[in-house]
Amino acid sequence: MGRNLKFNIFRFNPEDPASVPHMDAYYLEETVAMTLFIVLNRIREEQDPTLMFDFMCRAGICGSCAVMINGRPDLACHTKTKKLPSEITLMPMPVFKLIGDLSVDTGTWFRGMNEKVQSWVHTNKVFKPNEEEERMDNALAEEIYELERCIECGCCVAACGKANMLPDGFMGATAFNRVARFMMDPRDERNNDQYFEVVGNDDGIFGCLGLLGCEDMCPKKIPLQDQLGMLRRKMGFSQVKHLFQRAGKK
Amino acid sequence: MDTFYTDLLCVGAGLAGERVAVAAASAGFETICLSIVPPRRSHSSAAQGGMQASLGNCCMGEGDCPDVHFADTVKGSDWGADQEVARLFVETAPIAVREMAFWGIPWNRVVPGKGIYYKAGKQYDKIEKDEKEGTIAARDFGGTAKWRTCYTSDGTGHTLLFTMDNEVVRLGVTVHDRVEVLSLIHDGTTCTGVVARCLKTGKLRTYLAKATLIATGGYGKIYRESTNAVICWGDGGAISLDTGLVPIGNPEAVQFHPTGIVPTNILVTEGCRGDGGTLKDVNEERFMHIYEPGKQELASRDVVSRWMFHHMRIGKGVPSPYGPHLWLDIRHLGAHHIKTKLREVEEICNEFLDVDPITQLIPVRPCQHYSMGGVRTNKDGAAYGLKGLYSAGEAACWDMHGFNRLGGNSLAETIVAGRIVGEKIVEFLQGYQGEFKTAVVQDAVKKQQERIEGLIGGSGKESAYDLRAAMGDALMDGVGIFRKQEDLQTAVEKLQVIYDRSKNLGLHSTSTYGPNPELGVALRVPGMLRLALCIAYGALMRTESRGAHAREDYPERNDKDWLKRTLAYWKSEKDTLPTLEYEKPSKVWELPPGERGYGSSKIICTEDPEICVPKPETN
Repeated sequence: MGRNLKFNIFRFNPEDPASVPHMDAYYLEETVAMTLFIVLNRIREEQDPTLMFDFMCRAGICGSCAVMINGRPDLACHTKTKKLPSEITLMPMPVFKLIGDLSVDTGTWFRGMNEKVQSWVHTNKVFKPNEEEERMDNALAEEIYELERCIECGCCVAACGKANMLPDGFMGATAFNRVARFMMDPRDERNNDQYFEVVGNDDGIFGCLGLLGCEDMCPKKIPLQDQLGMLRRKMGFSQVKHLFQRAGKK
Repeated sequence: MDTFYTDLLCVGAGLAGERVAVAAASAGFETICLSIVPPRRSHSSAAQGGMQASLGNCCMGEGDCPDVHFADTVKGSDWGADQEVARLFVETAPIAVREMAFWGIPWNRVVPGKGIYYKAGKQYDKIEKDEKEGTIAARDFGGTAKWRTCYTSDGTGHTLLFTMDNEVVRLGVTVHDRVEVLSLIHDGTTCTGVVARCLKTGKLRTYLAKATLIATGGYGKIYRESTNAVICWGDGGAISLDTGLVPIGNPEAVQFHPTGIVPTNILVTEGCRGDGGTLKDVNEERFMHIYEPGKQELASRDVVSRWMFHHMRIGKGVPSPYGPHLWLDIRHLGAHHIKTKLREVEEICNEFLDVDPITQLIPVRPCQHYSMGGVRTNKDGAAYGLKGLYSAGEAACWDMHGFNRLGGNSLAETIVAGRIVGEKIVEFLQGYQGEFKTAVVQDAVKKQQERIEGLIGGSGKESAYDLRAAMGDALMDGVGIFRKQEDLQTAVEKLQVIYDRSKNLGLHSTSTYGPNPELGVALRVPGMLRLALCIAYGALMRTESRGAHAREDYPERNDKDWLKRTLAYWKSEKDTLPTLEYEKPSKVWELPPGERGYGSSKIICTEDPEICVPKPETN
């Protein structure tokens, strides 16, 4: 016999005028290798077909299923019940707009983030189909991949004190990581001043309070703290340069 | 009701859909992508191992060229591929890989000097040339003569999808995520868009477009055990089939991947074996060298899956509460290799199995993985049956995979087909004036409204979840790795009963507010069942073995009678079986049918003079 697990799950359907936010309790007997993917699907198929939540790959790759699990954001699919107490509270991630119950709109938020940081290689070159690729050192390619591993799950944003205070403004560690990724990439021709335009402000790197919930909660264990430090150093330097340039012009 | 107008509508925003969108947007056409999930979460992201392109940069890939890639692809397909398409594909793949590099993929690169690699559990030396330093590297994959699979660690699909979506963002392509398509709008000759349901609000919408692309990926989720993501239910194929005009090509061609982990069926990449991992049985002994002395663990997926299944059937499987399985051993590759080149594998093993692949064996067994079949198109990606309708990627039967797809050729197909079909759609759109007939649109919308009202307000009693599970069981039991007459017949009959029951679907949740997940399942189950019937019936009628379609009662590849592609139509709503038609798989026979060089199959030769006489060598 497995443990008897109690799940307290946040319920609210914003589309339904009669719906009010509340918690519902569900009970399941724990099974071997049970994950929250199994739990939520069983609850929906066996107990409450109205329950809203998101899964896609169910393998920790796509970033769809981040929720607050006993107060901490994590991917539901890779969270095993055996690592949790017998009473488990599931809430939707804060900061993102609620779609219903545990489901939040990360799509709109991340599209906005990608537009803000201009998440693409900026180059004046034109692709030439019949030419050999530009060469790159393998070690550098691996370094870029390290930061490219972000799956845009939103855990770092949900865990961020500043993003919770300023849900519409603050860019969050995911954005800083993205900027760091392109700064490292020789194919991107942007200079530090151009990056400064993107993140050198209070919604950007200077707004970070250094609480580092992002670093602690990233399910892909991306070294976010290092990127924050690097970016702050480089952007701080750019800021000082800007000040001198302005003083010089006067 | 919201109506959106656009030049091109891409249904699906994975790699193929977005690559087509990028082509159209770059040419100045207004493009909208619809996606069930935010585009970067599409199932393309789960492809781990890599993408085949014959760059020939690394020493083990020396001498590679499109011709060698072509031969591997056609042999892999067991001569089911359209050779014109396969040729187009192999010629374009190197360009597509380099284009992705230009857009920002951090491809792993050639490191010069001495290195080691593993094959069949043994260690070998290799020396990479200095002059190739920093060019795009490749790894070994099954069924290939050369190391040809370009990769970024084992997150290749992820980096490709993020980079492609970066282009989509750069070009300002509109993406509507959390939108599910319910039907195509057409007047019997031309497709002019879709009726869709918003999965944020539950409201219906119409999208009217001059060209519509189906790029919804595979339909693995109609099987009980699949590596596919939970959204791979084949909506694009289902709505195309529903028109009665557009056929599904080769529905019976379903690939089983050798290494799904047990019990969750999450895929671990073919890169594990490509990099030298081995398969072992209950005695922790290798067995593939007995069955396939040449390619061993790196025969094509259909062949390896069959031998694994066979080996378990003769009692060499490892018993477990989830049924027998085999072991994948990558321990000898070492911690450094696993932590840099196979890190997703390590993470999946740690998190979903509590297994450390550096020191422990990984429990694996073949499970449903890829749909070679799909919306049948010509070489331009234009669907049969309706003008203005296109398809690309796994959703399509373009048909470069025939009856078995090679590892690394699916990611490559998404990008390459996306590039080629995108250009063809641009040509189509240039100077084309669409005509949107309001009566046709209203009819299409009304039909979906009535379906929804029937489900929410109706008196049906059948649970959509139950029917979906019964369908998965029927396919798994009857239309699996090995197939035979009586099992297939049973599967068809079971599916017909389930399909009949699906006319009596009822809901527990009758809320009309919001997306209502149960309604979503109920709306898609009948379409999934029609696809399931195409697979089972197509497999029943094909009395031969070819690629992934392995009939125990017809073990020979019968080129005399079956060198043809199945076209499954659902001609009338009242039908309970698809109507099957057949066509020659290829107009061009650059590589006439022959031995694959792996897998043991007798061949009944064709007598068709058009096929037998090879074209003169061009090189």
